[in-house]
Amino acid sequence: MISPLRAMGRPPILLVEELRKSYGAVPAVDGISFQIAPGEIVGLLGPNGAGKTTTINMILGVLSPTSGAIRIDGLELARRRCEALQRTNFAAVYAPLPGNLTVSENLRVFGLLYGVRNVGARVEALLAEFDLVPFRNTKTGVLSSGEQTRVALAKAMLNRPRLLLLDEPTASLDPSFARDLRARIRAIAAREAEGVLWTSHNMREVEEVCDRVLFLSHGRILLEGDPRKLPGEHGRATLEDLFITVAREPLALEQG
Amino acid sequence: MIALRPRRVAGIVLRQALLLRGSPARVLPLFAWVAIDIVLWVFITKYLNAVAPAGFDFVPVLLGAVLLWDFFSRVMHGVTMAFFEDVWSRNFLNVFATPITTGEYVSGLVLSSVLTSTIGLAVMIVLATVAFGLSFVGYGFAIVPALLILFLFGIALGVLGCAIVLRLGPAAEWLIWPIPAVLSPFVGVFYPISTLPHWMQAVSWLLAPSYVFEAMRALASGRTVSWPVLGWAALLAGHAGVNRRQAAPLVARLVDVGVADSAVQDVQ
Repeated sequence: MISPLRAMGRPPILLVEELRKSYGAVPAVDGISFQIAPGEIVGLLGPNGAGKTTTINMILGVLSPTSGAIRIDGLELARRRCEALQRTNFAAVYAPLPGNLTVSENLRVFGLLYGVRNVGARVEALLAEFDLVPFRNTKTGVLSSGEQTRVALAKAMLNRPRLLLLDEPTASLDPSFARDLRARIRAIAAREAEGVLWTSHNMREVEEVCDRVLFLSHGRILLEGDPRKLPGEHGRATLEDLFITVAREPLALEQG
Repeated sequence: MIALRPRRVAGIVLRQALLLRGSPARVLPLFAWVAIDIVLWVFITKYLNAVAPAGFDFVPVLLGAVLLWDFFSRVMHGVTMAFFEDVWSRNFLNVFATPITTGEYVSGLVLSSVLTSTIGLAVMIVLATVAFGLSFVGYGFAIVPALLILFLFGIALGVLGCAIVLRLGPAAEWLIWPIPAVLSPFVGVFYPISTLPHWMQAVSWLLAPSYVFEAMRALASGRTVSWPVLGWAALLAGHAGVNRRQAAPLVARLVDVGVADSAVQDVQ
């Protein structure tokens, strides 16, 4: 399941060390550390309010950590933000592209913002890859939510990122396209040695696509491991059962 | 000092240009309000010329002032409108997760404003000269630094407006629109600064446009412009508008902190 490149001992694509974010006295993320190797897809799981989106926003450089460090492809985000973000991209259901621009206009604008060379050709390639050619001149805002998700995914691939953050990428997709997407992301991660951080509430999808999962609870990493082995290690039948335990009885897992 | 990447600045300008191209509702306000203002003030000045004692021409004094003030407002709103497009489309997370720097983003807003305010200025000049016979020859070369000072001051206020909305959230948008109206009594668009009470005059001399309108009135009355004073006004405006890091640390701080924290939290 894991790309051969991982075994070659290359430095991690993402290294997160003792990351904290507090709002006043309330910690949203409480000293988490993890890494993603080249070609590895890591699932970031947890109930609502566990700190997943806060973690992603800090890795994207739009939220300042209270303390801790983030390195993307060896570059410290706090000191070399532009170079680090040049190697990063993301797609999230809560960050749709501007609805008042057409699909190709949005991709051209974001291509320039990511400094993509020969942006026109790259946009054409992505329109074809994500089956968006019929919608190239359609305002993004009038597309269905599944089509908008595909546009967001095409945007996420514009700069051929080393680190790809996908926050519930298949939430609005039909099963057929969702399956294609999972296969495509796995192929890209293996071929390009990309690191992928994937959040989802669909545990079957996580088992299928992720090499490793991190369970967040109250801003801390509670469990970490192979999604196919982890339930058995904690006496649960399925990953979904384990998720429910994390959401309802995190203390039981911490103590047990 | 971080170098600006033209490609990223171009991305912000392209976005604004595409929005204008795709929406007549965005193009119309670039010149419609300006044209209405000019027409209104042409008739007011004609009326004043008719009832005032002979020998004083209100046209260059009032119509010229309206034109310059509208230009300043267009520049400021050019910056804030381009910024509000990102607020309204909830686009901050997408934009600031790219490698773009604050300087590149602000530069993109400024260039967008150059684009839109130039269209407005051209319409104003054509309408005022062709339709109503206002001549800018009387202002001479002084019109160039006057426009430059107003441009820089408009940019500075536009950036400050963006910073306030980033810090306080989208609801603060309504604090930004009236800024030109709040400033207009202080900068003496239609009357000499000496008309104001002393405490207002003290505020006036801190605002670069006050020097511009005093200079324009002097020229319209056949007096000469004090170039050192106009130079001081340019420094005041330039300090706020161009040298962001040194001259406007408050703005820089508001922008940086806003981008880092409240932009995503409040606007998304």
